[in-house]
Amino acid sequence: MNFQLIGVNHVSAPVEVRERLVVPESEVPNALRKLAQHPGVEEAMILSTCNRVEILTRTSNGAVNLRAFLQDYFPVKLAEYDKHLYELREQEAVRHLFRVASSLDSMIVGEPQILGQVKEAYASARALGAVHSQLDQLLTRSFAVAKRVRTETAIGSSAVSVASVAVELAKKIFGSLHGKHVYLVGAGKMSELAARHLLANGAVSIFVANRTYDRAVQLAEKFNGEAIQFSQLYDTCDRADIVITSTGAPHAIFRREHGELFLNRRKNRPMFFIDIAVPRNVDPELNKLDGIFVYDIDDLQQAVVSHVADRTKEAERAEAIIDVEVQRFQERLQTLNVVPTIVSLQDHLETIRQAEIDRVRGRLGPLTPDQEMVIESLTKGIVNKIMHTPIHTLKTAARESEATTVIDVVKRLFNLEASKAKSGGDSGTGSKR
Amino acid sequence: MPLLWLRIALGCYAVGLLYILVALGRASEWANRIALQAAYLGMIFEFVSLVESILPAPQITLAAEHNAEPLLAFFIMVMFMVVYLIYKTTSLGIIVFPLVFLLTFVAATGQERFLSMVPSTRKDWLIVHIALIFFGYAALILSFGASFVYLIQERALKSKRSGGLLSRLPALQVLDDISFRALAVGFPCMTLGLLAGIVVAEASYGRVQYADPKILLSILMWAVYLLLIYTRWTAGWRGRRAAYLATGAFATAIIAWAANYFSAIHGFVRS
Repeated sequence: MNFQLIGVNHVSAPVEVRERLVVPESEVPNALRKLAQHPGVEEAMILSTCNRVEILTRTSNGAVNLRAFLQDYFPVKLAEYDKHLYELREQEAVRHLFRVASSLDSMIVGEPQILGQVKEAYASARALGAVHSQLDQLLTRSFAVAKRVRTETAIGSSAVSVASVAVELAKKIFGSLHGKHVYLVGAGKMSELAARHLLANGAVSIFVANRTYDRAVQLAEKFNGEAIQFSQLYDTCDRADIVITSTGAPHAIFRREHGELFLNRRKNRPMFFIDIAVPRNVDPELNKLDGIFVYDIDDLQQAVVSHVADRTKEAERAEAIIDVEVQRFQERLQTLNVVPTIVSLQDHLETIRQAEIDRVRGRLGPLTPDQEMVIESLTKGIVNKIMHTPIHTLKTAARESEATTVIDVVKRLFNLEASKAKSGGDSGTGSKR
Repeated sequence: MPLLWLRIALGCYAVGLLYILVALGRASEWANRIALQAAYLGMIFEFVSLVESILPAPQITLAAEHNAEPLLAFFIMVMFMVVYLIYKTTSLGIIVFPLVFLLTFVAATGQERFLSMVPSTRKDWLIVHIALIFFGYAALILSFGASFVYLIQERALKSKRSGGLLSRLPALQVLDDISFRALAVGFPCMTLGLLAGIVVAEASYGRVQYADPKILLSILMWAVYLLLIYTRWTAGWRGRRAAYLATGAFATAIIAWAANYFSAIHGFVRS
């Protein structure tokens, strides 16, 4: 199959190296064209994201010098990057692609973006015609494998960042976040991030209260929200469904009596307090009230940790699926390898049969249609009986390593290459565009 | 024949019950689907059984041959399916499936016949009375189921446990919606059903026997039902308090149901 892959990723190379080898999206077609002209490269795709730059090719002999291409293409001294580059071939390249598409090779295992990025890389390579035959099959297969991993394991199902855990919890309480109000008490990086996540998931408006009012106004502008004087906090807070606290106050800002007050005003509609501050801004007592849910930074981080552990466990199951899929893909390709041989074998014998019938046809004199039919079926029967064993052997051999040997033997025994050349057919080895 | 259909329905429910437990135990889309299909089939067979046994009867003999339980089971299943269509959740199955199974089981395996003694002159009103009341019961049970699941989910969120079964339960708000909507649909049915009952009683006996235990309990249940809706409406009671009230209403409903065995009028007395 002759697949070859070369690249760097977030494990093999630090960002200083990756940024030098990045291929910007607009440059990809150009790079692909150059790659296609590189001697021995039959098909190629370039995957360039912030965590990896990889070049996947199918080559004529499986041993094309891809480093030479990198050296030509990038204005860097490649020797310096040698230890960061990995090069994979055949089965290992296939496995690597399957792992990348299934997000097993990602920095955050199970993150869903990578599959989209691989699909984009595939689409642009395909549009250029750089991917057209076996590499096309390999990539299409990798999407199916990624889908299988996603449906059969829970690898991408749990949130693995504090902000996304907060969103997940909010969804467990409110169902949909559409039309929900978020209240930021105190302005910090983390609470800003959480707010951004909540808004992205449908929450509508943001109120910001901060000790320094100017900072509140700034932040409110950023989110198209409303800045509120800190003194108004308790009078306005019941308007919010989700409250994110991150002030530097040395004691709890929200105590039990505040919670009771809010619930009363809200007719017991639930409230979700996300307390990112240390020391905590929300008294844990609040969590005991019906309809109020309080999560502090430890609770959120614990959820993250346990979700990451879940993912690691799921990743093991995913690896097993990929093992099976790599094996299956290999078998399929090998079966495809023997198909041209089988076809030419059939053609070859059919030609002989026709020629022999034509040869004796004149000596037989006039025949009735019945007799014609008997001759047809007799000769065909003989040919089929003879062909049965070689075809069967070819098909079985396809699944094992001896495939190429058997193909060669059959070709030589029946002199297939020669008869093909005579008929001027395509030899089946993929031709370049 | 009706009994045969009922037993097939029972088999379907058993399969549904089994798979809903599997589906809750671990994330499994296919188990969920099997449970739903089985429940759906069971519902259809139950309906066929009901039609076959009620239609040919010269008068309403709901009590005969245990028609009451399958009818209730059928209504509960219908509401469960409606909830599934709207909210795409099967988690109420934890409550609904065992209950429906039990109701159908009682009817499908019961050998003794209960005799009906309702020589009513107002057959049409009687049908309305029974259908509406039963629908009200079904709504109440579903609301109870939703409240129950709400409690489980709330406890999980409060104790900060996650994953496993809990991650597959619907959001609190959704459960609250189901619970309230079921009540909002069920209460008018219950009210109208009771009114229809009064009409039937007046027509048959000339007066309503308020001292009858069944009637007393029914009125009590109606009052609890009303209270449940009222507290939700005005104070927004949900979660624990709503669940307790729903449990109370559910309990009175069960007693009112059981009162059939002691009531002279509803004639479920063994002959």
